[in-house]
Amino acid sequence: MTGSPGREQVSRVLQQHGALMVLAALVIVGSVAFDSFATAGNAASVLVSSSFTAIIAIGMTFVIISGGIDLSVGSLFVFGGVLAAYGSQYGLFVALALPLAACGLVGLLQGLLIARTGMAPFIVTLAGLLGVRGLMLAISDEGATTYLVKDSAFARLGQGGLFGLTWPVYITALLAVVAMVLLQRTAFGQNVYAVGGNEPGAALMGVPVARTKVYVYLMSGLLAGLAGVLNAARLSSGVTILGIGLELDVIAAVVIGGTLLTGGAGGITGTIAGVLLLGVIQSLINQVGNLTSAFQQVVSGLFLALVVVAQRLLGRAQRLG
Amino acid sequence: MSQSAAPVLEARRISKRFPGVVALDGVSLALLPGEVHALVGENGAGKSTLIKVFTGVHRPDGGDLIYNGSPVAFGTPLDAQRAGISTIYQEVNLVPMMSVARNLMLGREPRGRLGVIDTARMYGEAERILAGYGVVTDVRRPLRTFGMGVQQMVALARAVAIDARVVIMDEPTSSLEPREVETLFSVIRRLRDDGIAVVYVSHRLDELYEVCDRVTVLRDGRVAHTGPLAELERLKLIALMLGRDLDEVRTGGLTRFSRDRRHARERDGAQPAVRAEGLTRRQVLRGVDVSVWPGEVVGLGGLLGAGRSETAKGIVGALPLDAGRVVVAGLPLRTGSTTAAIRAGVGLLPEDRKAEGIIPALSVRENIALAALPSLSRAGVVSDAKIDKVVEVFMRRLRIKAASPHQPVQELSGGNQQKVLLARWLAIRPKILLLDEPTRGIDVGAKAEVQALVDELAEEGLGVLLISSDLEELVEGADRILVLREGAVVGELSGDDVTEDTIMTSIAERGAESDG
Repeated sequence: MTGSPGREQVSRVLQQHGALMVLAALVIVGSVAFDSFATAGNAASVLVSSSFTAIIAIGMTFVIISGGIDLSVGSLFVFGGVLAAYGSQYGLFVALALPLAACGLVGLLQGLLIARTGMAPFIVTLAGLLGVRGLMLAISDEGATTYLVKDSAFARLGQGGLFGLTWPVYITALLAVVAMVLLQRTAFGQNVYAVGGNEPGAALMGVPVARTKVYVYLMSGLLAGLAGVLNAARLSSGVTILGIGLELDVIAAVVIGGTLLTGGAGGITGTIAGVLLLGVIQSLINQVGNLTSAFQQVVSGLFLALVVVAQRLLGRAQRLG
Repeated sequence: MSQSAAPVLEARRISKRFPGVVALDGVSLALLPGEVHALVGENGAGKSTLIKVFTGVHRPDGGDLIYNGSPVAFGTPLDAQRAGISTIYQEVNLVPMMSVARNLMLGREPRGRLGVIDTARMYGEAERILAGYGVVTDVRRPLRTFGMGVQQMVALARAVAIDARVVIMDEPTSSLEPREVETLFSVIRRLRDDGIAVVYVSHRLDELYEVCDRVTVLRDGRVAHTGPLAELERLKLIALMLGRDLDEVRTGGLTRFSRDRRHARERDGAQPAVRAEGLTRRQVLRGVDVSVWPGEVVGLGGLLGAGRSETAKGIVGALPLDAGRVVVAGLPLRTGSTTAAIRAGVGLLPEDRKAEGIIPALSVRENIALAALPSLSRAGVVSDAKIDKVVEVFMRRLRIKAASPHQPVQELSGGNQQKVLLARWLAIRPKILLLDEPTRGIDVGAKAEVQALVDELAEEGLGVLLISSDLEELVEGADRILVLREGAVVGELSGDDVTEDTIMTSIAERGAESDG
């Protein structure tokens, strides 16, 4: 170790807060370039549309830091939404409890399979992705039946709000703060980092590896379900065609936010920045006007590739530095 | 140490079987509080298994484990750790990406209000604890940005801080600098004085005699000897480990190199097997020149981090270089390409054979054939018959002990894994072999065999670059020694100049100069 700690520190800061810096730069550029970008209305629309992805991404951050992956979240998102709309005919409580219980159960089962049998998270949650989408189609007549939200209190949860922002934005912010404390300041959070950073080592240091993994997938399932619930409340219906490929957008946001896909490092701030970054890119492309949303995917893809390359370089600098 | 004290941890006739192997066969060992107990034996003797029984990784099939006077059965490493038995493993088992403080305090972080971790107190406590181990540093930095010495101290501090009554150390010095070893020993002595029982596993006899009170020798899953170490003659200890006649060991010397040292004039007229010039890589190598002639063994000396492994990796193209060129038998090599290096006849036996060498799940046969596949195939189709022949030849020649060529390499002992790797490179008919710590972590018997083989290969005209932290191995094995320091060659020794003293002097002299 002959390198200067300064270099090492710079690359660490870039790794952790790079997404936030790029986000800030994009917002500034966007405000200068487009008059209609830096308006309260546009900001609110970016925040509202990002909040659902953000809730799922918070869960995904835990999963990826623990060294795993959860492909089932897109299916759980739509499944949760359909169940919530269906349940709303029995009142607010059922509209919340039914989807959360179902999605939590799926997450728990996935976690148990991964933690207890040692099966690969990719395969287990791929099975979850397929199976849960099938379940969703089964309860909605192959997607033909769209349940409408019957409970007005439930609908207000997605549509009401304060200061021009809907409740899901506040719920996301609250969840992000709780997740940050959970990750950085509790034993559970430390265990998640330890399991992802060195699983056999963590086991020998007395970390309950299996339990940590189960919790992480349970959490991811619950949060994906919750995002679906809130989205159903916002749309006043359980739309069945949502969430296809959503898991990949979420993973992209988490990785852009500086969480290593190989596990062991990352954080909630970065993830939120990553989600907002994708939202801002979309909003900017909408401002340009004559570009379609297909172009937004091209830009997001390029950006993701750029981030991964940058992470490799930064990681190398840290190791050699 | 008080001999009269009751054992803190005792194994009574412990047995452990694995499919096809009896790893432990009625092993008894009593560990007293306040002693440093050496546990030695060849690879496969049962040391690791016994440690894993102590620490709750394995459950014994027979016998009793007595801890503090009552029988115990640890279900998991966590159970053992909670009871007060901690292990410092060979590869430091911490989490590299987490900070030093979080590694140290994982699982018992100080809590503030609402049960949330109090980071300020955690950092303060970590700093205080580490200062007691001679480590003063920024505990918020990730562990992986520190050297092995610091990482080891963190592991040790962690073990002691969780109120360990028994600390088990598995090869703790294998990646430490001499200065760090001294610090470690003073910490071990302090633990002993505090009444903690230390189990010390090492292949380095000097260290055992320096720090251990008693010794237990394991051989083939049984206890071959237990007793005070000071009363045991060094050669007797080796004989016990090997299970051989004392006279046989005595005549063999401590290493098995037997050739006379060749002198530089013998290479007149020939061209070097490999000539590397000006190997440079930022912060790692500063213009290293190395040449190895056919039939010559060139040693690379120097401390950990001096750039020895990096030189070898630079030659085979496994380390990207900023500058420098490599010529093999007169032909320039495309740098940065391991494929080109292998095709030119350069083989590297890497330092970390688990991570960079063997492919654990593949068979002995597949591991041997791997690098030679291009030469054993026609139009991309591999000839089974040719592979079988090559594999058979090398398994016999290197005396690889495996149930069959189809046994997965991960089931072999460390020494045999190393031989499989050697066979892999010999199968490409190399012009030059780069051996990075070829005998580290393998038992005495296999070590001698590998050393004898290096001699034999050089006799046959192969050029060998030998990297070893074992000075004795370097002195007896190499014809010529280049001493590296901070990524540059600082001295060359040949002929009668090659002694342990001159190497150390060379390192020290240059060190004094560059410091001034």
